[in-house]
Amino acid sequence: MTSQRAVLLASLVLLALVLAAWQFLPTALGVPVYIIPTLSDCLAELARMWQVEGLLGHFLSTTLYTILGFLIGSALGAVLGYLLGMSEFWEKVLSPYILALQIAPKVAFAPLFIMWFGYNAMPKLLVTVLIVFFPVLVNVLQAMKTVDRDLVNLARAYNLSRLGVFFKVEMPSTLPNLMAGLRIASTLAVIGVTVGEMVGGNTGLGYLISYGSGQANAAMVFDAIVLLTVIGFLLYSALVRIEARVLHYLPKAHG
Amino acid sequence: MALEFRSVTKQFGTGDGGALTAVSDISFRVDEGEFVSVVGPSGCGKSTLLSMTAGLYQPTSGEVLVSNEPVTGSNAHVGFMLQKDLLLPWRSILQNIEFGLESRGVSKADRRDRALKELAHCHLEGFENHYPYQLSGGMRQRAALARTLAIDPQIILLDEPFSALDAQTKLLLQNSFARTIAESGKTTLLITHDLAEAVLMSDRIIVLSERPGSVVAEIRVDLPHREEPLKRRIMPEVGDYAAQLFKHLKLEEKAA
Repeated sequence: MTSQRAVLLASLVLLALVLAAWQFLPTALGVPVYIIPTLSDCLAELARMWQVEGLLGHFLSTTLYTILGFLIGSALGAVLGYLLGMSEFWEKVLSPYILALQIAPKVAFAPLFIMWFGYNAMPKLLVTVLIVFFPVLVNVLQAMKTVDRDLVNLARAYNLSRLGVFFKVEMPSTLPNLMAGLRIASTLAVIGVTVGEMVGGNTGLGYLISYGSGQANAAMVFDAIVLLTVIGFLLYSALVRIEARVLHYLPKAHG
Repeated sequence: MALEFRSVTKQFGTGDGGALTAVSDISFRVDEGEFVSVVGPSGCGKSTLLSMTAGLYQPTSGEVLVSNEPVTGSNAHVGFMLQKDLLLPWRSILQNIEFGLESRGVSKADRRDRALKELAHCHLEGFENHYPYQLSGGMRQRAALARTLAIDPQIILLDEPFSALDAQTKLLLQNSFARTIAESGKTTLLITHDLAEAVLMSDRIIVLSERPGSVVAEIRVDLPHREEPLKRRIMPEVGDYAAQLFKHLKLEEKAA
């Protein structure tokens, strides 16, 4: 218990030091505001953005597309992962393409999507879906390949149909990997939306970043980055809580 | 129900197109209510016999018969248990025991009743809502036995169910299994590499050779207390039987 309090105390002290350094170091070292704005500059800019730039709308838009892209991308990734996991043939046939797409930098597709779909919400949604898709797919597929054969045999000996084996043995077996994939995907979703917004369109925090940098308004860029981090953090935390509930049957690591 | 192997041979294709013979021309019979053990060196195809009885795959030649009917697929009369308890970690113990009944058209209420009955039978009262990770290895293996018995199989196949347990738990569990099985009067085939275990638990012991496994000896264990291995364990004759097995397995030659 005392160690837990010590950790908390140390964390708070460190936070205070970082914030103080942010506030006072730039001025002390003579770094101009358009390079590194201080904490108070950023807070003032935040208030201005709220009042003048419609920050709430941008924030909500980014949040919405992050969640939407995350849900669609991970659903597609999971479904394809399970389908390929059940068919060794198609897995072998498709794996080179999957590998190629997985290695290709997904954000580089953003300009292409804009050429195809125009300056609307579609490109950023697609980039997000694409970037979220792979970690989920790969995790699920990997888990499907390593399901305990003896468990499957047991289910077969108990007369379960192919679908029964899937829903009662394979799917639940892959849950830990699925959840791990979703956690990785949640952090990537924010990247997908940000890149989509930076490259095209006039809404969202990603847009505010490119807009702010065009105006040499570093405080605006800082604020937008912090808010993007907040969105990613909230999504990640939500997943961690869901995971704790779903995987309640796994022994907890103490210590 | 009786179980019979009639000239059973099983070959597996190896990756490079060759064939590996796991067991070769095996014939023996397990009568109704009898407890038979199969011992043999590792890799002699003991588990192959079990998988064929469970209907997971077919013999290359010969037949496996359950009450004189050839086994062609998964068989409702056969229940099997492995060294791994194979409990589903996401299910409570009670739900795990119900698992085998779910695809057999047993109503929900019936499943619960039968599972609770087997739970008590295997001395797991009070643990129905626990999850597998919360139980010790011995308890998990008892839960696996409860799951096996819940489907009311006529034949029970045990594939080294005690080999992952510590020595004490093993003795206690052998005793509790032996009693439960004797009470239910089920035909049982135990695959094991533990010679003492075979002597303590069986009516008869089949000794297999190295791969390809074939029957080299069949030993009848004429000792009382099959339902209580702990009692049998202190009988002096046990050592003689173990020595016989030793000889058939040519362990001394190998040690030299």
